[in-house]
Amino acid sequence: MQKGPSSNPMTDNLVEIRDVYYSVGGRDIFKGLTLTVPRGKITAIMGPSGTGKTTLLRLITGQIQPTSGQVLVDGKEVSKLSRRDLYALRQRLGMLFQNGALLTDMTVFENVAFPLREHTDLPEELINHLVLTKLQTVGLRGAAKLMPHELSGGMARRVALARAMVRDPELLIYDEPFAGLDPISMGVVLRLLRKVNDALGITSMVVSHDVDEIAQVADISYILSGGKVVASGSPQALKADQSELVKQFMNGLPDGPVPFHYPAADYHSQLLS
Amino acid sequence: MRDFVSGLSSIVANIGAVALFLFRILGQVPQALLRFRLVVHQVHNAGALSLVIVMTCGLFVGMVLGLQGYDLLQRFGSESSLGTGAALALAKELGPVITALLFAGRAGTSLASEIGLMRATDQLVAMEIMAVDPFRRVVAPRFIGGVIAMPLLTMIFIAIGIFGVQLIGVQQLGVDQGTFWSQMRGSVDVDDIMQGLIKGVVFGIACSLIAVYEGYTAEPTAEGVGRATTRTVVNSAVLILILDYMITAVML
Amino acid sequence: MQQTRATEIVTGAFVLFGFAALFFLVTQITNKDFSVSNNGGYQLVANFENIGSLKVGAPVSMSGVTVGRVESIAYDQDAYKAVVRMHISSQYNRIPDDSDASIMTAGLLGGQYIGVTAGGSDKYFKDGGKFAVVQDALVLENLINQLVASFAGKKSDSAEESK
Repeated sequence: MQKGPSSNPMTDNLVEIRDVYYSVGGRDIFKGLTLTVPRGKITAIMGPSGTGKTTLLRLITGQIQPTSGQVLVDGKEVSKLSRRDLYALRQRLGMLFQNGALLTDMTVFENVAFPLREHTDLPEELINHLVLTKLQTVGLRGAAKLMPHELSGGMARRVALARAMVRDPELLIYDEPFAGLDPISMGVVLRLLRKVNDALGITSMVVSHDVDEIAQVADISYILSGGKVVASGSPQALKADQSELVKQFMNGLPDGPVPFHYPAADYHSQLLS
Repeated sequence: MRDFVSGLSSIVANIGAVALFLFRILGQVPQALLRFRLVVHQVHNAGALSLVIVMTCGLFVGMVLGLQGYDLLQRFGSESSLGTGAALALAKELGPVITALLFAGRAGTSLASEIGLMRATDQLVAMEIMAVDPFRRVVAPRFIGGVIAMPLLTMIFIAIGIFGVQLIGVQQLGVDQGTFWSQMRGSVDVDDIMQGLIKGVVFGIACSLIAVYEGYTAEPTAEGVGRATTRTVVNSAVLILILDYMITAVML
Repeated sequence: MQQTRATEIVTGAFVLFGFAALFFLVTQITNKDFSVSNNGGYQLVANFENIGSLKVGAPVSMSGVTVGRVESIAYDQDAYKAVVRMHISSQYNRIPDDSDASIMTAGLLGGQYIGVTAGGSDKYFKDGGKFAVVQDALVLENLINQLVASFAGKKSDSAEESK
């Protein structure tokens, strides 16, 4: 597997989105979206609510197909893969869901062991070793026997991270990993994000709108709005960006290109009628 | 008129979706059976946990049948036929149908809400992303569990029911024990029991299918899961009675 | 996934219970006569003009005791009769070969069966033996015709008398 700035420019980007259009239920979600996720780095996808950040992840994992355009993962077009190849591709990536999505009828240990048990024939001692190692990385080795409903939100998310990592994927995708976390848990997740990415030499994609948190770890960020990329670059570059939309987003201004008011009739005439 | 047509076409589309769902499950059944542990767990869920309700209801249905049957036959002087009448009624109709309705209420709703909750908390999606087919891991074992459990529960219901009839008829109301059993033996065929068994299998397939389908296609919200559970019971009940008529008409 | 051992035991017990119920129902409730069939025995034949509603599997009884079962019913196109083959249990091997076979009805509205009345011969039926004397089933239409015919007969008799 090629790492870092490789000799083969074709596979320099693990994920490539080329001019993707996607609409569902009459609504256009993506109108010519183009972005790349470089290997070995942490890429952040940001944007106001409803711009389809989660939809983008579903396009990458092959859950949905673009109306037009290409979604390439490691050079392969996802929408053209057979079911078996798609499943093979999915085994090379790990995804951290917003609410953890742990299987509720199993212990923490069993949850992390799940991908190993389903896809490999490893002996029990080896599974034990791998699972405990991953749990140790996220700091939850002592919680191995707990059930998911006994965990706090932050702990559940860490277990989900351990599970996503257990087969040493090439791409780790985080869907809103900071949502609803207290500052301490947030700090933990941030630290893990960076540590895991660098220590394992993998590529990470983070979908989030926690601007300040993201800025601490992302190597490159994209801001999506109106179905396309409106700004991209390092967090510092974006902070200095002067365009209205980027400024509103990065500084959390209530009104601007993304309006405060939901479209409505004229205020005076509605009050007086 | 247009509403009627669109309503009708949506029902037809629904039936088609359910049929496709069934084929997809059947495709996964061979592999699901290899995960024997999972299937056993589901047979336990669907069957063993329904035992208490099935046995209790079976006993009381049998007892009521004994009472009503005696009262009715007594008017024609044919109390001695109580065993025959009750056994036939239980084996061919009451057993399979009531067991199926109980099953839909207890096990069907449990299946639907389990799967629905997994849908609502993204567990099914997470499985797909982890390249595990939820049909093989979650849906098929539960379906198989239900199909195995139903005929067994039906047989248990019928047996306990006959015991209940005997309890009232012989012990309570004084029908002669020997007459009771010999009349029954004289008129009940293996075919009659087989009818009940076949109905049990068919109802098991129908109820399990509806339960897993509603759970799998539930909207991923709290109300969605609730609605799916309600639909499971209602649709199961209707389908059971329709199938009951069809099977009876064919087999009689 | 926890208590798998206990779960498996309970499930196994449940499955066994279910099969036990099935077994109980089939053996105790039905009239599957395990003693008569499949233990050797021999076959007897009877030809009837009309078998009424006799069915395969109906009992063959002597003095009210079931000694065999109807094995098959066919139609002979040459003799224009119904050919009924019966399987007789091997323990009843001393049926006189001049006994007759009649189609009787159990109870008022019950199913039909074959009643065999013993004859006086001291030779016994062997395998493949054929009943010489048979009594067909009573068919309602024939009975009515007979009744009408006998009334008509009485009428013409009394008409003759009164002449």
